[in-house]
Amino acid sequence: MNTPQERKFALLEAVDLEVHYGGIAAVKGVSFAVEEGEMVCLIGANGAGKTSTLKALARMIPSRGEIRYKTERLDRLPSHALIKMGLALVPEGRGIFARLTVAENLAMGAYHRSDKAGIAADLEHVYGLLPRLKERAEQLAGTLSGGEQQMLAIGRALMGRPKLLLLDEPSMGLAPLMVEKVFEVIRAVAAEGVTIFLVEQNARLALHTCSRGYVMESGKITLADSSARLLADPRVRAAYLGE
Amino acid sequence: MDTFLQQLINGLTTGSVYAIVALGYTMVYGVIQLINFAHGEVVMIGAMVAFSVIMALVGAGTGLPPALVVLLGVLAAVPVCMAIGYALERLAYRPLRHAPRLAPLITAIGMSIILQHLALLIWGRDPRAFPQILENASFAIGGAAISTVQIAIILLSLLMMAGLTWFVHRTKFGIAIRATAEDVRVAALMGIDANRVIAATFVIGAALGAVAGVMVGTYYGIAHYTMGFVLGLKAFSAAVLGGIGNLAGAMLGGIVLGLVEALGTGYISEISDLCQWPLVGELLTERCAAEGHVILFGSNYQDVFAFLVLILVLVFRPSGLLGERVAERA
Repeated sequence: MNTPQERKFALLEAVDLEVHYGGIAAVKGVSFAVEEGEMVCLIGANGAGKTSTLKALARMIPSRGEIRYKTERLDRLPSHALIKMGLALVPEGRGIFARLTVAENLAMGAYHRSDKAGIAADLEHVYGLLPRLKERAEQLAGTLSGGEQQMLAIGRALMGRPKLLLLDEPSMGLAPLMVEKVFEVIRAVAAEGVTIFLVEQNARLALHTCSRGYVMESGKITLADSSARLLADPRVRAAYLGE
Repeated sequence: MDTFLQQLINGLTTGSVYAIVALGYTMVYGVIQLINFAHGEVVMIGAMVAFSVIMALVGAGTGLPPALVVLLGVLAAVPVCMAIGYALERLAYRPLRHAPRLAPLITAIGMSIILQHLALLIWGRDPRAFPQILENASFAIGGAAISTVQIAIILLSLLMMAGLTWFVHRTKFGIAIRATAEDVRVAALMGIDANRVIAATFVIGAALGAVAGVMVGTYYGIAHYTMGFVLGLKAFSAAVLGGIGNLAGAMLGGIVLGLVEALGTGYISEISDLCQWPLVGELLTERCAAEGHVILFGSNYQDVFAFLVLILVLVFRPSGLLGERVAERA
């Protein structure tokens, strides 16, 4: 039963993940798993260690503990090896290339691919999903509005044909109407079969979007449950839903 | 002779060379915020290698057409310089990628000294007369003269600038270089290997530098193991003038610097002739009558202009002509 061949691996799994900045521990040994096809969120207050967790997953910062993507150990790989395996991150603050055009940003999303026909098809698909990007294809990305930049960051990640999409605070700094649109796009992406791991400060929105959630507090995961139960949990209601 | 037009032509020639060398500084700075002070030496080695190859071919009496001989010199210099550029990054700068900024900067100065002395060992300390095998015809235009070599330098430089611009805007790897310059961590998320991009900026810059070295050698007819130092500093000034990290800025900065220098040199003795100045001139009536001119600064002050420009830019517009961001660290 426990032979490696028979063991069922999650799409993404972290075991005792730790992140330190100098002597300060930002993430203090968290463990979680995301199964293929799921939409999972990680919620928590500002400074709880959510972004550090995500950055560690994407190998943007060094960490301790084990990170597994299917059977591969991510913690031994450089950041630029991840997208080839199907893992994309939409970073905090969007991280678009402001001095590149929208089309160039999208082309960079497909940097690791060489299937021209597939890239062209995916570009049409992204433009279909996010028509504003097509209108602004030749504009410098830095001239886009915050919401459009977030759309571009998501579209760029999709150009890499990810199996797992990590999203860091996609609602940050956006007007409510724009947040609504961004989350519509995220749901549409999930409906296409992309697994989503979402970090969000907006707990209500995140829990209503995802089926499962983890709650992070000062570097530790304190609660893990289905969204419905977390939404009903009095501690979550008091601390994160403002009730 | 029309001084203005002549100095415009001369300035455009040297400015084109400055622009090509400045591209090497600015590309590397754009990606890793390092001023590769050894770049001037790479240019010098390009000139020296071409010098050796051209001398050997001429000495062997191959009877090849002169233009082909020079071309072979360039073709030999380019790969040598590319290899040096790659080695510099790989051996000297990469181990210091995450060190405090001063460490790579001092290393760059050290590399510059090492390359200079390597060249001293190979080519000796005497200036070498760069073989003038190209027929250098002059054409008169509006009271000034332009030579075949000048035309060749200007055209070749424009061609290289256009080529590089095309490369960074129209090819996937070129766009990846610009993306990495903007945000190396996010670029990595796209699957862009920063090490490859950084190495590429050194190699491309060195290739351009090699051609620039041959152009300078051919233009001045001389090659020397120290020629890269002042040339490098001037090209660096040009890169700062245009806005360091900005490719178009380096091109513009190079041309502007060349023009400022040529026009400044052309007019400085005239302007600093005290006998022409009304008040001072009267005080010096006797000397002026005897000598005709009392010139404060002669054209040997040529090198001052580049650094004057550098200082003025740093004081009044540190971000340069086309730079958006103020270079917060030097």
